[in-house]
Amino acid sequence: MALNVSTESSGDVVKITLDGELDASVSGVFREAVEKAAVQKPKRLVMFMDKLAFMASAGLRILIFAKQKMGADVQIYVVGAQGPVLKTLQMSGFDRAVYLKDAYTD
Amino acid sequence: MDTRIDFYPTHEHCGYKLRPGKPYPFGASLVPGGVNFSIFSRDATSCTLVLFEKHAAEPMVEIPFPKAFRIGNVYCMMVFGLDCENIEYGYRMDGPRDPGAGHRFDSTKILLDPYAKAIGGRDTWGAKPDWNDKFQYRGRLVFEDFDWEDDRALETPIEDLVIYEAHVRSFTRHPSSRVKFPGTFAALVEKIPYLKKLGVNCVELMPIYEFDEFENSRTNPGSGETMYNYWGYSTVAFFAPKSGYAATGKFGMQVDELKNLVKHLHRNGIEVILDVVFNHTAEGNERGPVISFRGIDNKTYYMLTPDGYYFNFSGCGNTLNCNNPIVRSMVLDCLRYWASEYHIDGFRFDLAAILGRDPWGAPLPNPPLLETLAFDPVLGKCKLIAEAWDAGGLNLLGSFPAYGRWAEWNGKFRDDARRFLRGDTGMVGRLAQRIQGSPDLYEKSGRGPTDSINFVTCHDGFSLYDLFVYNDKHNEANGENNNDGSNDNFSWNCGWEGDSDDPEVNRLRRRLVKNAALLLMVSRGVPMFLMGDEVGRTQKGNNNAYCHDNELNWMDWSLVEKNAELLRFFRNMIAFRRAHPVFRSRTYFRNRDMVGSGIADISWHGTQKWNADWSDGARVIAFMLCGRHAKEGAVRDNTVYVALNGHWDGLLFSLPAAPEGESWHIFANTGLDSPDDICEPGGEKQLVNQGEYFIGPRSAVVLVAR
Repeated sequence: MALNVSTESSGDVVKITLDGELDASVSGVFREAVEKAAVQKPKRLVMFMDKLAFMASAGLRILIFAKQKMGADVQIYVVGAQGPVLKTLQMSGFDRAVYLKDAYTD
Repeated sequence: MDTRIDFYPTHEHCGYKLRPGKPYPFGASLVPGGVNFSIFSRDATSCTLVLFEKHAAEPMVEIPFPKAFRIGNVYCMMVFGLDCENIEYGYRMDGPRDPGAGHRFDSTKILLDPYAKAIGGRDTWGAKPDWNDKFQYRGRLVFEDFDWEDDRALETPIEDLVIYEAHVRSFTRHPSSRVKFPGTFAALVEKIPYLKKLGVNCVELMPIYEFDEFENSRTNPGSGETMYNYWGYSTVAFFAPKSGYAATGKFGMQVDELKNLVKHLHRNGIEVILDVVFNHTAEGNERGPVISFRGIDNKTYYMLTPDGYYFNFSGCGNTLNCNNPIVRSMVLDCLRYWASEYHIDGFRFDLAAILGRDPWGAPLPNPPLLETLAFDPVLGKCKLIAEAWDAGGLNLLGSFPAYGRWAEWNGKFRDDARRFLRGDTGMVGRLAQRIQGSPDLYEKSGRGPTDSINFVTCHDGFSLYDLFVYNDKHNEANGENNNDGSNDNFSWNCGWEGDSDDPEVNRLRRRLVKNAALLLMVSRGVPMFLMGDEVGRTQKGNNNAYCHDNELNWMDWSLVEKNAELLRFFRNMIAFRRAHPVFRSRTYFRNRDMVGSGIADISWHGTQKWNADWSDGARVIAFMLCGRHAKEGAVRDNTVYVALNGHWDGLLFSLPAAPEGESWHIFANTGLDSPDDICEPGGEKQLVNQGEYFIGPRSAVVLVAR
């Protein structure tokens, strides 16, 4: 499975776009992106998931990691999650821990 | 990766890098770069770690523990470079095969780690297992990185609790529940607003440890439906939450999903008590499957007869040997784990009398397990509640070794309340004890009213509605010729067995349900009721619905609308209890004036004020709680008068005077039709006649003075 992760930052906001399928075998790439984002001490982390087709528990673990690594004051947005990805977020209850948005505007 | 030398591999097997492990903690623990596996067996001669890729039929590797990796009776080994999210593990143990001497080692079996924190193999509820799989219940590794934020156990004073006993699947499985993921921990989160509005501040979850719903499953010859081990009183793994209760079970995320439930319940002020079953395991007797304990150290984990058979004090085939020091440690480790990792607020111990038996079955005067749990530092703020009897005839109700910590399910409250409510004579004196928190049972041993968990119904037996719809149990659907389930229900069908079209019969039934709710909420002790009782849930007269994954167990949410009248009554009664500290105390009434108010903390009345009728033929009791005695005089509350008329006739009650300058206001009268049966606390209307009040047949009244 393939996963492309691209990161863009401006001011206090870091945006990470995920494209492909996020399972345990590729989760390290995502984790690295989150760790790099954390170094910049942003006020907001926005993760675009509209092109993400699937997320395994390994992916959720990194979201949990992101939340703890960044601290409680950092707003975490999950944008465009749909289908199985959205379902996974809802089932695990993670949808209540982040801002879940259909779309994001600066 | 951590490069510390103490996490550096020293050995290798088939390409897997190893190092001698740490004996503690038992189980599989993540360490830098690897996993520490540790397991106890006293009599095994060898042990092999068996690793699978998730769902694989055959192991990816079997790693025998080198001799140097055994310390005492503990096999421990670190394995490095494992993909922790994608492996499943078990053990093979070799040793004597001598059942007469208690040994049942069998190295052909792959065994589940008793300390496994998550289990694969029963990922989705009701999905037919592959019985040819050589490893049915597969240990999985668990990350302990859940984001608790600032959550912790609520530590609500026990006297303030109102406990709601619920079954995770039953609560939201019915199509009427309209939740996204029916029957799961996630679905329960969606129903928290309902619980909050109801006013309960504690849910007691029927077993959520991993169990196998297919244990002894069979087909109902009548309906063709599968009958399951549905309630789950048969544990496979004590440290693992039931995967099939998690919407995310198929992703192996049941741990996180349950933690998320606990966190959200806590956020809403609701505690979580787990119903834990340490009296037996799912391995049954000598004809049962080899899952874990039997193959690891049969003689340690089970109570055995002198010729190596299984004692059956649980009624379920075997008995866990809880006062063996190894087993005792396991139980303690387990509860500490749930208290610390899952923030669980308390535990209710199924058939807890067994935990007070010695390894040969004799009751112990000072059972080490019960004492250890009572004094454990990690469990120091957890509620400990015993079902104080077992299936071997040991009933410790009132004499359960409490060590100042243990409360009990008060079976006498249940029986006496039921008998009074249905109109039996000879109950008034006994009911007076129950109303006071059962001092007759607990006071002489220095215990208090909060040691009494008061209930009229629980999962065992009739639902509250059925209590007044059926004289007899109707367990035909269980396929045991109606022989199972208790025969002592103290129920009354109000003149017609089963559902009735007669509006008067139904009116009476609703009234009796309300009387029960009222009695429960005005009694000292800790009230508990069963999921759905507040909306008149029926089990169609089945008083032992342990095997049904259908409407006999499921909460029908359409009843919320249909029986809104009952729900409103429950809500307001709960709110009244929670608004009035005079009901909630850790100490007994003294039946005299302790604060100079001029009246006793509790005074007893009948149809004549100040003159209770304690005779055998009486069916009426009334009592007044002096508001100035609330919390032993520490807070000022309203004075409350409660009258219970168990007679089939309406009766005129003369009322004791309200405190000077105050007058009686009516909060509840179950003899009146809704909405006049009850009001919101604080919205009580003044009684026109302050001297007398007519209380209808089989009705109960609450007045409040102000």
